[in-house]
Amino acid sequence: METALAIVSGSMVAGGIYLLLSQNLVRILFGLIMLSNAVNLVIFTAGGLTHTKPALIEVGRSVPGTAVANALPQALILTAIVIGFALLVFMFVLFYRSYESLGTIDTRQMTKSAPEKPHATDTTTARQEAGS
Amino acid sequence: MSNLLIYPILLPFGTAAASLLLWRKPALQQAVSLAGVIGQLAACIVLFSAVTEDGIQVLQVGNWPAPYGISLVADHLSVLMLMVTGILGTAAAFYARGELPDHLRAKSFHALFHVLLGGLSGAFLTGDLFNLYVWFEVMLMASFGLMTSGQRRAQFRGAVPYVVINLLATLLFLMGLALLYGLTGTLNMAHLHQKILSHEARGLLTAVAFLFMAAFGIKAGMFPLFFWLPASYHTPGIAVSALFAGMLTKVGVYALIRTFSLVFHHDMATTHGVLLVIAGLTMVTGVLGAAAQNAFRRILSFHIISQVGYMLLGLALWTPLALTGTVFYLVHHMIVKANLFLVSGLGRDINGTMDLNRMGGLYQAYPVVAVLFFVPAFSLAGFPPLSGFWAKLLLIQASLQVEHYIVAAIAVAVGLMTVYSMVKIWIEAFWKPLPSSGTGGAAVPYSGWKMAPVCVLAMITLVIGLGAEPVYRLADTAARELMAPQVYVEAVLGGGRP
Repeated sequence: METALAIVSGSMVAGGIYLLLSQNLVRILFGLIMLSNAVNLVIFTAGGLTHTKPALIEVGRSVPGTAVANALPQALILTAIVIGFALLVFMFVLFYRSYESLGTIDTRQMTKSAPEKPHATDTTTARQEAGS
Repeated sequence: MSNLLIYPILLPFGTAAASLLLWRKPALQQAVSLAGVIGQLAACIVLFSAVTEDGIQVLQVGNWPAPYGISLVADHLSVLMLMVTGILGTAAAFYARGELPDHLRAKSFHALFHVLLGGLSGAFLTGDLFNLYVWFEVMLMASFGLMTSGQRRAQFRGAVPYVVINLLATLLFLMGLALLYGLTGTLNMAHLHQKILSHEARGLLTAVAFLFMAAFGIKAGMFPLFFWLPASYHTPGIAVSALFAGMLTKVGVYALIRTFSLVFHHDMATTHGVLLVIAGLTMVTGVLGAAAQNAFRRILSFHIISQVGYMLLGLALWTPLALTGTVFYLVHHMIVKANLFLVSGLGRDINGTMDLNRMGGLYQAYPVVAVLFFVPAFSLAGFPPLSGFWAKLLLIQASLQVEHYIVAAIAVAVGLMTVYSMVKIWIEAFWKPLPSSGTGGAAVPYSGWKMAPVCVLAMITLVIGLGAEPVYRLADTAARELMAPQVYVEAVLGGGRP
């Protein structure tokens, strides 16, 4: 089972990296999502897979009676999923806003796009930008 | 057990919450924000004096004993970094007050700023690798917000690679962490130190070590993973970019120092050998990149990279003198670099641009600003008796001591190239008369909010330079703690229990 999961997460990492190398922001986004899920799978696998009971302790005892699954990797994954989700949402918004602002989702176009035209309403910003 | 450790983390988060509650009252929000940074600085000073007097301080959060719960640990390296965090946080907050109109538009500024400070403090204090990951994320989220807070086009252009690359680094870190947990069954750094002492799968550990090196290397901006840095650091507001330049890459360096002294000590010939090569390449590429630039903040951004090379050099050499040099360099560099970014803002206020071709005449019109640039710039280049001279001296001496002549030669040469860049800024922005195409000329009054932090940071640079002895002694103690992690391990696992 570990071998299978290792192969799965390995190919997910490879796929994620492949997508990240693209010039298209949407593909980059999908690459990062894939990579982030692959890493969660790695935590799960590296933490050790066991066919045992959940980590619950019976009423009246202070330690579990039988061998139970290690709950720590699951706690780690849960934290990683929550954080990863927040980051991906931010990235989604950022990409959308930069598409609105720069008018392209092609990374090569983004860096090449024409220098700032000064806004009529906001000359200080444009001035700062030209100089920064 | 010492509850002092929690305040440098708790105060910024409290301030962030308060400033969110005061969303509709900008003046009050500003006051709370300034009070918050001063409070954090005070908390850092108290913790600093506790550590210098009584040695390593440990707090087991929630009273859970060491390898099971999360430990907060403050040794000399941590508190030195915290002190600089407090100082730079305060300086940047005051400078931001001077930049006020920009930040009034983004009311979330204060909250993000304090969350960033809290994340930094947490990263410097934690003794647990997974917790370090969480603090990195906290910092990252806040820095994303600050980086895009003006919503200008150049900011988006810089923020997209910044976000993607940093996210990738985080994922690498997390993967390394998972594999390390699989190999050792623990994530407490002190406990990891013990487990790795007797671990058999050395080759696997080394592979994991390189995952960590890549992850923290991206954060630190080391060769060849630095390109996101000069693409983005010149886009946010001045106070924010100063804080980024001073702190964010240095958290990466700190994490490298911490993990490659405490955790990955099993195969130093390989890991630190690779680090040495990378350190040399980082120094050279950074300084060459800077030579090709022609805008104030871009030159400074490239110099961050070459300076990170110096810090890695000390870690890679792994002798007490070299590590002392690294710690000294960190302290010196964070203050000087942040100050240079702040001065670049003063220059922009006067000339209306950061393009060196269109700047000029600053020395004649504003001699005080010129002096304030001169001190950190020539400290960065390593002129005696400023702080950078001692930092470079220690590192070059350390590399000669272990007969790494090539690295020593690179360090000297890169120092000279740094002089070239600083002289270029000096001549273009300060010395030459204002070109006719320039927009400046109208007298700009000095803003006290902006001048005060710049003056104070320049003073600190002078003090570190002229009175290098106390800082040297602190750095030396920090280095000896790093070389002999047994004290750290005992403080966390043994003596920390109530």
